[in-house]
Formats: sequence, C-alpha cells, structure tokens
Amino acid sequence: MSLATQRRRRALARFWEQFRHDRAGMAGLIILAFFILVAILAPILISPESLDVTKATGERFDPPSLAYPLGTDEDGRSILLLLAYGTRISLTVGLAATLISMVIGTAVGIMAGHFRGAGSHALVGVTDWFLVIPFLPLAIVLATVLGPSTLNLIIVIGITSWAGTARLIRAQTLSIEGRPYIERSKALGADNWHQMTRHVLPNVFPLVLANTTLTVAIVILSETTLSFLGLGDPLAPSWGAILDSAFSTGAVSQGAWWYVLPPGICVVLVVLAFTLVGRAMERIMEGRT
Amino acid sequence: MSLLEWRDVTVDYAGPDGPVPAVRGVTLSVERGEVLGIAGESGCGKSTLAATVLRLLPDSARVGGEILLDGTDLLTMSWGKLRAARWSDAAIVFQGALHSLNPVQSIGKQLAEPIRLHKTAADPDARVRELLEQVGLPASRASAYPHELSGGQRQRVMIAMALACGPDLVIADEPTTALDVMVQAQVLDLLTGLVRDLGMGMVLISHDLGVLGTTCDRIAVMYAGRIVEIGPGLDVFDDPQHPYTRALAGAFPRVGDPAARYAPVGLPGDPPYPGDLPGGCDFHPRCPVVMDACATASVSLVDAGAGRVAACLRVSS
Amino acid sequence: MIGARDLRVVFGGRVRAVDGVDLEVDAGEIVALVGESGCGKTTLARTLLGLEKPSSGEVLFEGKPLDYRRLKAYRRQVQLVLQDPLGALNPRHTVYDAVAEGLRIHRVPGDEQALVADALSRAGLRPPERFFLRYPHELSGGQRQRVVIAGALVLEPRVLIADEPVSSLDASVRGEILGLLLRLRDELGLTVLVVTHDLGLAWNIADRVAVMYLGRIVEIGPTAEVLQSPQHPYTQALLSVVPDVGHTEQIVLTGEPPDPARIPSGCRFHPRCPVVLPECTSVSLPILGVEVGHHAACVRVG
Repeated sequence: MSLATQRRRRALARFWEQFRHDRAGMAGLIILAFFILVAILAPILISPESLDVTKATGERFDPPSLAYPLGTDEDGRSILLLLAYGTRISLTVGLAATLISMVIGTAVGIMAGHFRGAGSHALVGVTDWFLVIPFLPLAIVLATVLGPSTLNLIIVIGITSWAGTARLIRAQTLSIEGRPYIERSKALGADNWHQMTRHVLPNVFPLVLANTTLTVAIVILSETTLSFLGLGDPLAPSWGAILDSAFSTGAVSQGAWWYVLPPGICVVLVVLAFTLVGRAMERIMEGRT
Repeated sequence: MSLLEWRDVTVDYAGPDGPVPAVRGVTLSVERGEVLGIAGESGCGKSTLAATVLRLLPDSARVGGEILLDGTDLLTMSWGKLRAARWSDAAIVFQGALHSLNPVQSIGKQLAEPIRLHKTAADPDARVRELLEQVGLPASRASAYPHELSGGQRQRVMIAMALACGPDLVIADEPTTALDVMVQAQVLDLLTGLVRDLGMGMVLISHDLGVLGTTCDRIAVMYAGRIVEIGPGLDVFDDPQHPYTRALAGAFPRVGDPAARYAPVGLPGDPPYPGDLPGGCDFHPRCPVVMDACATASVSLVDAGAGRVAACLRVSS
Repeated sequence: MIGARDLRVVFGGRVRAVDGVDLEVDAGEIVALVGESGCGKTTLARTLLGLEKPSSGEVLFEGKPLDYRRLKAYRRQVQLVLQDPLGALNPRHTVYDAVAEGLRIHRVPGDEQALVADALSRAGLRPPERFFLRYPHELSGGQRQRVVIAGALVLEPRVLIADEPVSSLDASVRGEILGLLLRLRDELGLTVLVVTHDLGLAWNIADRVAVMYLGRIVEIGPTAEVLQSPQHPYTQALLSVVPDVGHTEQIVLTGEPPDPARIPSGCRFHPRCPVVLPECTSVSLPILGVEVGHHAACVRVG
C-alpha cells in the first residue's frame, strides 16, 4: 500500500516539524551529529600510526600547542586524536549495549505484561532481581569474569541495564491489554504472538523510542565507569579508558589538565545531548496523545 | 418571574479555524417546581447550554444574550456574586458524574466540601447525613470511598452534592446514562420527588426522549445549537411535530408498538459538526421528509398546536 | 446452531456468573439476551464465543460440544461485535488493517483487497475504497461500528454475537446499525445473539427474548409474548419501568442487582420480588429447557 507509506512519511514530516522548533532538542541533536561525524571520520582523517605508542612524536605530558591542540599523553601521543578515536568506541559500545538492553527489556516487558500465571511471575521476579542488585558490583564481577574486550563490555552493560525498561514496558502493556481491541483480536482467532506483535508492540513503541534515548545516556555513563575502572578493552580505548590512563599515569599530580578534562567533558556533552533529544521526543509524543 | 431564563443565548468556542458556534440563539425558561427536559445528541449544544448557567465555560468561549437567574443577569454579575451563586442558587450534576468523584477521599468529605465553602450549615456533618438520607442512602455510607459504591449509589452521591447548599435550580446532564434501567427508574423517581418536595426547578438533559417524556413537564429539543421543538413532555414524546424529534423518539421504540417490530428507525449520516453547517434548515440533509425549499429557507419556531412550537416548514404550511 | 447445556461459569470459586443455562439458538434466528449488569449475560456471551472456559456444562455448536483445541477454526464460524467501537479498534491500524486482520490470522486465500472491500460494502460503507486508509478516530461512531461488523463479516461466519452493539452510539444512529443486523440476517442467513439491557432494542429486532437474572435465564420465549405478556415478576418489573406513555403502574424494585457471589437460596429473585410467597425462599427451580414456547422460572407459573 504505497498510500500507507505516504501517510507514514507525512507523519514523520510532522514529527520533524515539531522537533525542529524544540530548541533543547535541536541543541542535543546538533551535538550528537557532531560527535557522530567525528566517530565516522576518525579512521579516514587520522592514520592509526598516530596512536602507535612506538611512533609517538610528542613530548611526555606536553601542554596544548598548535601541533597538539589538546596536548600529549604519557607516551607523547596527541590527546585530541586519542579522543577522536575514543568517540568511536564510546558511541559504538553505547549504541550496541543500548540495543541489547532495549530488545531484552521490551521483549521481557511485553511478555510479562501479556501472559498470566507462573511464566509471567517468573519474568517479573527476574526483572525485580536485576533492578535490586546494585549495578556496579554486578558489572564489575561480570566484566572480570568475561575478560576485557569491547564485545564483553557491550554484553555486560546490555545485561545489567534492561530491567528498568522491562518494568516500564510491562506497565504500559498491562494498560493496553485491558483495551477491547485485544479482546477483539482474540475473538478473531489471533494467537499470542499476533496479539503481542501486531497490537501491543505498535502501541508501546513510542514509549520504547523515548526510553531508548534516555537509556543510551545511562549506558554511556556505565561504559565510561567500567572503562575507568580498567575493565574495558586496553586495545580499544574509550573516553573512560583515557581517563583511567590519565589517573594511573599521574597526570593529575603533573597538572596535565588537558588529559583529564577533555574526556570528561566529552562524556558529559554526549550524555546531555541524548537526554535533550530524548526529552524533546517525549514532549512531542505527550503532546500528541 | 421565571426561576431561570435564557434569552437569545449564543455560545462560540474558539476553534483552530475561527469561532465554532455551539449554541445559536436559544430562548428558554424554567419555573419553580417545573422539570424542563432538553433533548438532543452529541454536538447539539445542550451540555454547553447547561454550563452557561454557572459560567463554567472556558475563557476562550464567547457568550452572548442574557441568562437571568431569578431576574439577575448571570453574564454581567460580578465575580464574587457569581461564586456565591454557584452551588447555593444553582447546581449542576455533571455528565459522567460517576467519574467526577475523587477516588481517594471519602464521600462524606466530598459532600462536606461545598457546605464548608459556602458556609451554609453550622454542622456540616449533620447536613451530610441529612443529604444522604434525602437521596436514599444510609448515613453510614458517609465514610465509604467511591469505589466501594455501585454506579447507582455514586449517582445519588452526585445528586446529594448538588443539593448540598439548597439550590433553587438543579441542572442534571445525562444523569441516567450508563445506569441499568431499574436503577435509572430509581434515580428519576428521586429527582422528581425532590422537585415536588423541595419546590426546586430542574433541567434534565438527555438524549433519551423516553426518559424525558415521562418525567418532564416540558421538553425542548435541540439540534445543531438551536431549539427545533418545544412542548409538553408527554406530547413531544408521543406525537412529535419535528422530523428530527420523530427520529429521536423512534430510536427508543415503544414495547408493544407493532409498527416498531423489525423496523428500526434511524437517520443516515451523523449529528452535524457545529462548525460545518449546511445552509437553510440545519436538519435538511438528513431529513426523511425533506422538501426543495428546506435547503435555502431560514426556519424559525412556529406555532404547532396547544402550547407547542416546532421549527419546520412542514408545520407552518 | 449454537447453544449451551447446563452451562456454569464460576470465577474465583465464589462468583457464579453463569449458574446453569440451557439455550438453543436456531440458524437464522435473532435472540436477545437481556438483563441488568451482573446478571451474567456478557459472561454467557463470552463463553459461547470460547473466550471463557465453562466450569461445567458445555457450549454446543451445530449440536456438538465445542472442541477447545480447535478454537481457531471455531472463530471463523462465530464472531463478535463489541460494545465500544472506539475501543474495539486499534488506534494505530487503518480501517483496511482492521478488517483484513481476520483474513491474515486465518490465512484465507484469495484477493485480500477484494474481500475487504466486499465486507465493508456489506456493512454499509460505500464506496469501500474511500475508507481503506482512514483511522478509527477519523470516523463517526456509526461508521466505526460498521468497520467492526465488517471485520467480523469478512470471515463469513454463521453466527454473530453482539454485546451492546449500539449503546455507545448516538440515538439517531442506532437504527441504522440495528437495521444492518436485520438485513444481514435476511440476506445472509446470519444467526445473531444480541446481549443488551435495552428491552426496546429486543422489541425492534429480536425473534426471541431470554431474560437473565443472577446467572440464570428466568424467562424465555417469542419476543411479542415475553414483552407483552411477561410471566416472571422480574420481567414484569423491568417492563413496567421502561419509559412509556399511559403505562401501567411502575414496579420499581428497591436496591441494586445483587452480587453474584452471594446468590440467595431458593428462587434467586425472592428478596426483591414484589409478589413473593413463603415457599420462594426454599423452592428449587429447574433450569429452563430449550423446548419451543414461552417459559418462566417462577413458582406462580405453571
């Protein structure tokens, strides 16, 4: 039905129209666009050689200069270039872990809300368990057990952050389940899968979307924390890992603020950007219904 | 002097494309001890008309004409006098009253609220008990919460709330919709009994012409913001003069009427949207006995028999 | 065509929503199931549809008990029309999707678009193409209900069960939907069971009327007989309060329809009965049978 696609396009256009006028949302979007651009262009504009410790050309802990706009690290590498590469890692882990978290959270949430009986109770129990367990100790244990690699980091964060989403989606599913059109679907002969995917999912989707952008923010913070604690991939340094290096090599005592501040600021900016965009989306969707 | 009088009242809502005329020139009066019924469906303006009495419409709505409560124009009243008039002179039982109760407060507390606000009784709790008895609920229910009551009981609580400050006029907007037919009969009995015993005036708004026909002294039928027929209650129900009234009455077929067997009466199309009215007679696109002149002539209420008026070209011809 | 035998549905062990019902609806018949809230009529309807499992007794379709493992096939034969058309349609699905849903679930072969158009036409929405891409909130109440009916018709069922099909529609629009149901019976031979509290509706379109009270059918028979010469005191009371002109004395029962968790002993109506007799508190009334004719479950009758 090409007409149906036309309607969807019109709906998207309307959404964009409203989003455009939301200053906070646009600010967040611009910041995000900047960082995504950096992440995409990093390997093109920067040769991997400049990150090679053995080929470093700068002095140790050099303050910012024309050659090195953000100074150098303990091995003489340009911090600006390190940050640029770090953007890729941080964003990749952030988005991938969020995807895992949202998929698990939405699936569990819908199933817990749709089914009744022992299965549903079990799902709710597991959700609550993950909600109650303090995130950091659990993540540390898992990361240590699995070993330091980017993939493991993604898995760990994905596994430990889906519970909040599941709770939210379950509540929304319960309220949708009470509506007559679910009953009608049953009367037409629909099985559980049909009801959940064709009726519940489209109606919880706006909530999922708004929740996703906020989850990314949390995930990036988690990734930064774990990397800072040294649990990240040593060969793929994200901003958190850079911060870790900064502290462990004594940059603070050396007064090398250019090593400590920029990574932190990047994290804050990206988290802020996602939050602004997420809130803007929520505002528009609330206004809609 | 009438208890309540609407004189050529108009109400325009602020719409996205300009003003939307919800009420377009209504003149009607209610006497003490009388029950006036206003019949109509969604979009005809009856609820808007009711809300004008206590000036409960949003600020963006424009109200024209005069609304006289015991001779004083409500529209030009000062704010302080209006607040005093609200509830103690006139009260409304809202549509969907079953959901108008605060779920986290006991009904006794909610009943006491207007009493305390208007300081109409020295002992609010005693007055609350008195009110509950008046509406046929045991006084012990004052400590109950709304969800503990049935639909019929909640409706009685809403009526009690309307009576709380001893008003002279009560407007009940769809008081029996969503109630079982037996409970509906109980509530209607209660309302007509109150009018009789307390000498109040009452306006009953409903889309159910049957309910109005058997409880109201007079009925006014509204369509698209105008009145299309007025007459004694039973007459309007039994022998409607306007084609719309006839269709409305037909929607509630008389059990025992052989003409209604296997012959449901309905109108094509929908009640019109006030911002999108046809020319000529408002009803002509859906009228089963439409004539050519109806599309262009302007129609007003004309004499249709003893104490009856109807706005239809066929009546005047 | 469809019916129940000694059907009982109990919730939570205490609430006897349906407390022993025998019913037989013949092919092409329109039967109205009337009663107030709490009488069990909606539960009975849902059980007949297979949406609810009986605690005992059985649902019969074409004389045979319902096979709960073959529910999906049953659904093609017996369809549902709900009370609130706005709630019954998924706000994110177009009219086309809503009607095609049944076809997709059952993987009905053939030209989907043609089938949907045909169902919409039969439900009175013409030209059907104009409605394909509309959303429920863009339609009027009457049109929405027609979409729901089209969604049921597209599966070509033999039976339609309608739960308060017109109570949430504007008064002047009701006649159209009721007329549609009559036409579907006349043209397609559809069997219709209408659940309603509105006796006027029953008078309008029903061949037979069954009056329910607290989980049992207390009176059943041809519409004209039951509504003009009611035998059961409850039916008499209900009819007396239906607003009418120059009517007999109103019998307004006191109190509310009682709680199905606490069904009175003997005749379940005896606490509110205006003509109660001493034996009514202990008599055990049989379930009304399915024989042709006008029957009422009351000591004073027969």
